[in-house]
Amino acid sequence: MEKTRITMGVDVKNMETELGNEFPGNVIPAANGGNIVVTKLDAAINWGRKHSLWSLYFGTSCCAIEMMQTGAPRHDYSRFGFEVARVTPRQADLIIIAGTITVKMAPVLRRLYDQMAEPKYVIAMGACAVSGGPFYFNSYSVVRGADHVIPVDVYVPGCPPRPESLLDAMFELQNKITEESMAHRVNNNPIDGFDEGTTK
Amino acid sequence: MGNTELKNIIGSWSENLTFVEEGSEFLIVEVPANELRDIAEKLKTNKDTAFDYLFSLTGVDYGTELGIVYHIESTTHNHMIVMKVKTEDRETPNFDTVTDIWAAAYFNESEAYDLFGIKFNGHKNLRRIFLDDDWKGWPLRKDYVDEFNMLTR
Amino acid sequence: MGNQQFLADKIRTEEYLLNMGPQHPATHGVMRMVLKLDGEEIRDVEPVMGYIHRSIEKMCEHVSYKQAIHLTDRLDYLSSHMNNEAVALLVEKAAGIEVNDRIKVIRTIMAELTRLASHQLWWAVMGMDTGALTTFFYGFRDRELINDIFEETCGSRLTMNYSLIGGVRYDLHENFVKRVKDFIAHFKKKLPEYDNLLSNNVIFRKRTEGIGILTKEQVIDFGMNGPTARASGFACDIRKKLPYSAYDKVDFQEILATEGDAFARYKVRILEMWESMSIIEQLIDNIPEGEHRVKTKAVIKLPEGEFLQRVETARGDLGVYVISDGKKNPYRLKFRSPSFANMHGLNTMSVGTKIADLVVNFSTIDVVVPDIDR
Repeated sequence: MEKTRITMGVDVKNMETELGNEFPGNVIPAANGGNIVVTKLDAAINWGRKHSLWSLYFGTSCCAIEMMQTGAPRHDYSRFGFEVARVTPRQADLIIIAGTITVKMAPVLRRLYDQMAEPKYVIAMGACAVSGGPFYFNSYSVVRGADHVIPVDVYVPGCPPRPESLLDAMFELQNKITEESMAHRVNNNPIDGFDEGTTK
Repeated sequence: MGNTELKNIIGSWSENLTFVEEGSEFLIVEVPANELRDIAEKLKTNKDTAFDYLFSLTGVDYGTELGIVYHIESTTHNHMIVMKVKTEDRETPNFDTVTDIWAAAYFNESEAYDLFGIKFNGHKNLRRIFLDDDWKGWPLRKDYVDEFNMLTR
Repeated sequence: MGNQQFLADKIRTEEYLLNMGPQHPATHGVMRMVLKLDGEEIRDVEPVMGYIHRSIEKMCEHVSYKQAIHLTDRLDYLSSHMNNEAVALLVEKAAGIEVNDRIKVIRTIMAELTRLASHQLWWAVMGMDTGALTTFFYGFRDRELINDIFEETCGSRLTMNYSLIGGVRYDLHENFVKRVKDFIAHFKKKLPEYDNLLSNNVIFRKRTEGIGILTKEQVIDFGMNGPTARASGFACDIRKKLPYSAYDKVDFQEILATEGDAFARYKVRILEMWESMSIIEQLIDNIPEGEHRVKTKAVIKLPEGEFLQRVETARGDLGVYVISDGKKNPYRLKFRSPSFANMHGLNTMSVGTKIADLVVNFSTIDVVVPDIDR
C-alpha cells in the first residue's frame, strides 16, 4: 500500500512572508539549550531524566479533569514514566498548568515554580493557560497566558485538549530533553527576569 | 398562595411599599431602605407567608441607583417573592444586614460588597472575597473602567 | 495522677492558624481554607475564595444570549449540559419559543447521562480522599464510556455546548440508542460492586458515620440544596417541584435520608445513580420523531422585565436570573450557584472535629470551585 501525503496547499517551509523569513515576535532563548552535539554522558543523563518526569498536582479548572483522565486507566501516562503526581513542588520536576490563571492566583503559581528544584519543566495545557482562552475579552481578572508568570516549554491548544493531545505534548517535552546538554546548562544561560540568582 | 393574597397580607404591614406585578412571574415588593429589616422579619415569622429560604441575593446597578434584589421562598407553602431595595447614594451605599434572619446571606452580602461596593450595617465580617484585598474599584458597576486588565470588544 | 494534673495546668496551649493552601490535593480545585486549630481540633474554618474568579457575569453583559451559552459550560464543568439547558430554557420561556417533544427528550437523556458521569467522578475522588486509591481507577474507567457516547453525538467530551436556544446542535448519531443501552446494562452490574467496595468497608464507615451532622432547620437556614441537603431530609429536588423538559413524563423517586451525616450524603448520591439509570431506561426506547432544531430569529431580544429559571444540576439547584432592557445583550445576568450556597454549612459541620474529618466533610459537600467563584 503506498503512502500518500496530503498537502494543505500551503508550503510552510518555503513560505515567504512580507516580513521576510523572520519569525514575527521575540524569541527568548531557552535556558536548557538546544545544542545538537550531545556527548555520551549527556545522552545517558537525558535518558534517565526524560523517562521519569514526575508532575505536580496543579489543576485549577476544567482542564484538570482531562488531566485526571490522562492518568486514568484508558490513556495511562504512567506507561511513559510519569508515574505519580507529587503533591509538593519540592519533589516534582514538571508542572502542568491545567486551567485558567487569575490575577489572585498568579503569585501562588510563581511561588510554586520557585520552590521546584532544577531541572524543571513547564507544560501549558489548554487555551486558558496558553493565551487566556475564551476569557480573553471583557474579563478583568484573568491573566492572558501563563507565560506572563513563568517560562513555558510546551504549549497544548484545546478547550479542553483531548488526553491524546496531552500525551503528545509530553512526548514533545521528552524530545526537547533529549537535545539538552549539561555543558550548556553549566555555563548558565539565564533568562532575563526569571533566572536571577542562579548564575555564578 | 397567589399574588393577590400575598399583596393583601404584606400591604397591611406598612404603607410605604410598592407592588409591581407586570414584567415578572413573581410578586415584586419594593421596600424603602429603612424598613428593610422590619419587613424581612415579618416575612419570615408570619405563619401565612413563612418565607424561610433565601434563594438568592443579587446586586444590581440601575445606572443612577444601586440596589439589591432578594428572592425568598417558602418551604412549607411553596411560593416565592421578590423584594427590592434601592439607594441613590453611589459614594457610600449601605443597607441593613439580614444575616441574623437568614444565615444564607452571609457570603452573598460579602459578594455584593466586593463587586458593587454596597456596605451592610451589622455584618460581622464584611470583606472582599473574590478579588484581592487591595483591588481598587467595584468591577460590576456600569461605570467601571480598567484599561490595564480588561480588553473590551 | 498528681503528675498529670500538674502538667495539664502548666503546659501552655494556644490557638494557631494553619493555611490549607490553594494548591492542595484535597480541596478539589483552588480553594484556600484558613483553619484556627487547638492541637488537632478545629475551632474555626474560614474559606478564602476567588482564586478562579473569571468574571463570567461581567462578560455576559457584553455578549448576546447565544454567545452566553458558550460561557456557561465553564461554570460547573461537570454538569455542563444542565448549565446550557438552563440558559436555553430561560430564553425560550421569555421569548416565547416552543420546542417539540423530541428536543425535550434528548435534553433529558443527556442531562441524566451527565449526572451519572458527575456522580462517578465524585465517587472516584471521595474514595481517594479517604485513602482508597482503587476507586479512582474504577470510577474513571466507566466515565470514559460515557465520554465516548458524548463525543459521538455532541463532538466533545467535557464542555459540550450542545443545547442551543431553540433545540440542540446536532441530531442523535445512529449508534446512540444502542450504545446507551449497552452502557446501562454494563453499569448495572458494576454499580453494586462499587457500592460494596466502600459501604461495607469498616474503615470507610468509621470515618464517615456520625461526622458533620446537619439538621433540617440548619440546612434550610443556610440555603443549602442538592444531595447535600436531601441527606438531612429537606425535599428540594427541582425535577419534582418545578418540572421542566421531559421530567413530568417519567416516574422516579426523590431520595431523602434523615441522619444528615457524611455517610447519608454518600448513600443519597449512590441511590441517585440508580434513579438516573431508571429515567434513561424509560426514555431511551421511545424517542419521538421530529426536528432537532426549531427555527428562530438571527438576533434574539428578550422583552423588558426579569426572568428566572431553575434547573437541577448534579450539585443542586442552579438559578439563572436575567434583567433585560429590551436590547440584544442582557443587562444583568446572575447565576445563583449551588456550590456557593453549600459553603455556608462548612463552618458548622467542622467545628469540634479533626482535620481529617474536614477532608471527608468537604468531599461529601461535593463542590466544584469554579462554580463558587464564577
